[in-house]
Amino acid sequence: MNNQLAKRIGVVVLAVSVMSACATTANNPKDPYESFNRAMFAVNEGIDVVLKPVAQGYDAAAPLPVKAGVGNFFGNLYDVWTAVNNFLQGKGQQGASDVGRVLVNTTIGIGGIFDVASEMGLEKHSEDFGQTLGKWGVADGPYFFWPLIGSRTTRDTFGWVVDSFADPVMGMNDIGARNSLAGVRLIDLRASRLPTDKIVEQAAFDKYNYIRDAYLQNRRSAISDGIPAKDGECQQSRCF
Amino acid sequence: MKSFFAAVLGLFLLCAPALAQEESPDALIKKVTDDVLIIVRQDKDIQSGNTAKAIELVEAKVLPFFNFQHMTALAMGRDWTKASAEQKKRLSDEFRTLLVRTYSNALTSYKNQTVRYKPTKMQSTDTDVLVRTEIVQPGNRPIALDYFLEKHSDGWKVYDVVVAGVSLVSNYRDTFNQEVRANGVDGLIQMLANKNKQLDPGKK
Repeated sequence: MNNQLAKRIGVVVLAVSVMSACATTANNPKDPYESFNRAMFAVNEGIDVVLKPVAQGYDAAAPLPVKAGVGNFFGNLYDVWTAVNNFLQGKGQQGASDVGRVLVNTTIGIGGIFDVASEMGLEKHSEDFGQTLGKWGVADGPYFFWPLIGSRTTRDTFGWVVDSFADPVMGMNDIGARNSLAGVRLIDLRASRLPTDKIVEQAAFDKYNYIRDAYLQNRRSAISDGIPAKDGECQQSRCF
Repeated sequence: MKSFFAAVLGLFLLCAPALAQEESPDALIKKVTDDVLIIVRQDKDIQSGNTAKAIELVEAKVLPFFNFQHMTALAMGRDWTKASAEQKKRLSDEFRTLLVRTYSNALTSYKNQTVRYKPTKMQSTDTDVLVRTEIVQPGNRPIALDYFLEKHSDGWKVYDVVVAGVSLVSNYRDTFNQEVRANGVDGLIQMLANKNKQLDPGKK
């Protein structure tokens, strides 16, 4: 009886997944929630109508040392979390280097405004909790696109939630200061992405697809720490 | 997504004239990178956004060192086998135009970056090599810029450029596969041709 029930449930689950797969992913098994994601992408494009000009204004008006300082300041805050993640992933040497970066930049770099550590040879890393989960063997899960946050796999969405808890800016008590700081950080981030906008506009046939595929490739590479994977479908110089 | 200046720099790298034939792939990359950076640093036109000039430079100096047929095959994956010889030629030409046009743009955002070369591991008998470099930009994390090259009778040719883990060529695979599934190989050719016309309505 149990066996039959299990079998039936199995068949139903299979049918539903096949049906939903056919319904939502005529084309892409790696993006089963594509219609939802495209809707979110459209929302984000809407937000960008306001955000992009602000970022462009900032980019044009702010002197280079100011932009660098702002970027370095937030980068320094994030280095703390990168260190934690490196340790969690068992990369002790990189973690120690990141701690070194924070110490040097916070003190000699005056609160993180100057990235002295990079000049000293302590390379900047970037690790988030999603990468840590990936290193621990958690699978990607389906792809999602969220407004403002952007592309995230399911695992990395959870990772982002953890990242937010650890975010010192979000943990600030003074709501006004918190919002201002978060706002500046957002504009700084958006401004740093402006050079790629023109490229994406031209290179992409479908902006959503292009951004998704680039994100997925980049994540795979980030988890394996940058060594480009040999193409699964193509061996040596041949795809056939 | 990272700076695609790196991407075009990649395209440029492979440019040096014929004398590069006996060079190892990493020496080739280094020489061409250095040559290109010298030119771009001096060229105010390119730095101020003159894409046409950047394209001229690419077409004159880079194209001989890229294997666009292979890049197109990589972009299409298994669908490549569905194309006739003539379709393959047409696909490679259109894809080449697209890549050159869109990524020459990236060169115009050059802003004092420098390139660091990582040691290349290869045997002298290797015919397929990965050359790793990094774009160093003050105030930002370095961007990985990697090249896959294969050995031909007339020297090493690049068949893929990977920027920050993103293969510029494979990034098109899903889009191309979708198009072939929907409209066949001719549909894909048409899609590429339309895009190229859109990007540059003046030229043929």
